[in-house]
Amino acid sequence: MERALEFFVISLLNGVSYGLLLFMLSSGLTLIFSMMGVLNFAHASFYMMGAYVAYQISVWVGFWPALLIAPLVVGAAGALFERYALRRVHRFGHVPELLVTFGLSYCISEFVQLIWGRAPVDYRIPAVLDGPLFTVYSSAFPTYRVFMMGVAVLMLIAVWLLFTRTRVGLVIQGALSHPEMVEALGHDVPKVFMMVFGGGCALAGLAGVIGGNAFVTEPGMALTVGSIIFVVVVVGGMGSLAGAFVASLLIGIVQTFAIALDYSFVTLFARAGVVLTPDSFGYPFLKLTIAQVAPILPYLLLVLILIFRPRGLLGKRED
Amino acid sequence: MAASHRTLRFAPLDLGQWAAWSAFVIALIVAPLVFHSSLALTVLTQMGTIIIVCLSYNMLLGQAGMLSFGHAVYVGLGAFIAIHTMNAVTHGAFWMPTALIPLVGGFAGAFFAVLFGYVTTKKSGTTFAMITLGIGELVASSSLMLPEFFGGEAGITTDRVIGKPVFGITFGPQIQVYYLIAVWCLVCTAAMYAYTRTPLGRMANAVRDNPERAEFVGYNTQRVRYLVVIIAGFFAGIAGGLAAINFEIVSSENVSTVRSGAYLLFTFLGGVGFFFGPIIGAVIFVLSFVMLSEITKAWLLYLGIFFLLMVMYAPGGIASLIMINLRVAKYGKFGRLWTPYLAVIVAGIPLFLGIAAMIEMIYHYQLDSANGTVAPLFGLAVDTATPTPWIVAVVLVAIGCVLMRHASRFFKRHWDAAQAEIQSAIERSHA
Repeated sequence: MERALEFFVISLLNGVSYGLLLFMLSSGLTLIFSMMGVLNFAHASFYMMGAYVAYQISVWVGFWPALLIAPLVVGAAGALFERYALRRVHRFGHVPELLVTFGLSYCISEFVQLIWGRAPVDYRIPAVLDGPLFTVYSSAFPTYRVFMMGVAVLMLIAVWLLFTRTRVGLVIQGALSHPEMVEALGHDVPKVFMMVFGGGCALAGLAGVIGGNAFVTEPGMALTVGSIIFVVVVVGGMGSLAGAFVASLLIGIVQTFAIALDYSFVTLFARAGVVLTPDSFGYPFLKLTIAQVAPILPYLLLVLILIFRPRGLLGKRED
Repeated sequence: MAASHRTLRFAPLDLGQWAAWSAFVIALIVAPLVFHSSLALTVLTQMGTIIIVCLSYNMLLGQAGMLSFGHAVYVGLGAFIAIHTMNAVTHGAFWMPTALIPLVGGFAGAFFAVLFGYVTTKKSGTTFAMITLGIGELVASSSLMLPEFFGGEAGITTDRVIGKPVFGITFGPQIQVYYLIAVWCLVCTAAMYAYTRTPLGRMANAVRDNPERAEFVGYNTQRVRYLVVIIAGFFAGIAGGLAAINFEIVSSENVSTVRSGAYLLFTFLGGVGFFFGPIIGAVIFVLSFVMLSEITKAWLLYLGIFFLLMVMYAPGGIASLIMINLRVAKYGKFGRLWTPYLAVIVAGIPLFLGIAAMIEMIYHYQLDSANGTVAPLFGLAVDTATPTPWIVAVVLVAIGCVLMRHASRFFKRHWDAAQAEIQSAIERSHA
């Protein structure tokens, strides 16, 4: 019983911290999508860029300056990309916009390998945050995970306050629903879009700063997380921030629990007294453990959601 | 009324079309005779299959406006079913000629398109793109989980020489495989072209351009998209079957999302607006995978940058560039565009050389410096540890940027003027 509780608490905490990281990524993606209608394929690439830039800065001056500077660098890169590439293809429609970000993801991935090489870089957790913070029965929970959760929650509150309580936030909200009107009032709407895109990329960069050293900083990291955040956005409902939040936590927790569970249909049948052998029908499928199928669970969830609730968990529009 | 009839019917003997198709057939027949080295034959054989893949992909992207990130799923699964069928035939489970194996791949591709297309086509536009990515990732991850079917890391191998020779054809020699693929390529290209003339092909265009209107006319856009995905999956599967025969190995790399991305990238580069665009894309695909990757390690970076520039400046791909220049030539405006073209090329040379030199030197410095700091560059031996080559490269880029700024303005002025003249010439001829 104690072991089960220990497993449950630790997995839940790990799942929540991973889910919050996913939400840091998917929130930026959702913001950009709902404001500009642009699906930023390169969003995970900006996450990777954040991790690498933070690694470089932490080598030069340390982790804490990196936490501040790296998101700014990534945000500036995103804003420049919006200004000089995305804005140009805006008139061609949404599919070319998606294509231009797809091309960018190619380039970023190659640039990263060009500058930092193909092997993972040694991006370390700062010494202050290294080590366990508390223990649940016998399992230790790392301080850094708590720090990650803290940063994510702070970021969310900051973004929420920015949108609802400040003048800039109101202009952004206005530019979302009535761009012509906001423009007529004297605001530079293209500039607002540039800022939103840059801001979304900066959020992805921040996620990279705190995620890069918790996981691995390597050229493939954008690809692994990229398709999962797309799943999050579709499962949550296109353009719904609350939906993205629920879906992020759901996927984070489900995946964390799944990789620790070593059960398959074979063990299940064995409990019921049925012994399956390699000759049984469908044995290759039945012998797969939950831990083995963990990587595809988000995509299975995507398929199920699309069949039974096509607009997503909290989506409003049916299109 | 009469006028609208005239625009809908095409001429019974369209000379241009006859010429294009004859040229395609002749090219397929003659190509291995002209380029007869074994490398050339490998390249040509691959082109045959990739042409089918890119054309089938364009059924989605160009003709129905569906941006898919998961096309390799249908090609790859078609290839897997085909290779398992070949192995079953080898073990004597049943009899089937090798020449018909691609059809097995085709039906497999269509079957999986029925399965996955049901989910993906529930949405359109960018959401469709995201779902196809999810499905692609689903299949790619599953391929590592089920080594019984996908063969794990090593993949599934086969021997394409099965059964007795028919008229002495065993499909052992590469040249026989080439002609098998060439025939399939021609048949599939013709079938896919015919498809664009069917009501379904036309409805796919309508669903791409204006889904609301298509709905109002009484068509279910979701069903149209679903049917298009199934047909595209069928042709993709045929290409997969051909690839299985050609390589005699299929691995999980064939269903990977990276592969899907490559199909998208090259189809777009070729041009999605014209039927023949993806054929150009397929040719570039094979040339860059086989040859460009030999020349430079940074080929993916060049490709990415080229793709970005194409999306920004020529969203119609290479096919549209060819067609628009043909139009310029047809109206006799090429004379005045010679100098602007020359200016852009002259400005482009230092810019390209400078950027390429920098990329190559960084690549060498990062990945290859264990073998010394001296890199071979454009036929010269350059020491990347000394500052001189870097300074030269930066200066080249700076010169190139300044020149390009002027040249592009000069080009744009003349180009716009020429286009305006053509436009007014067209209007005069209509009046």
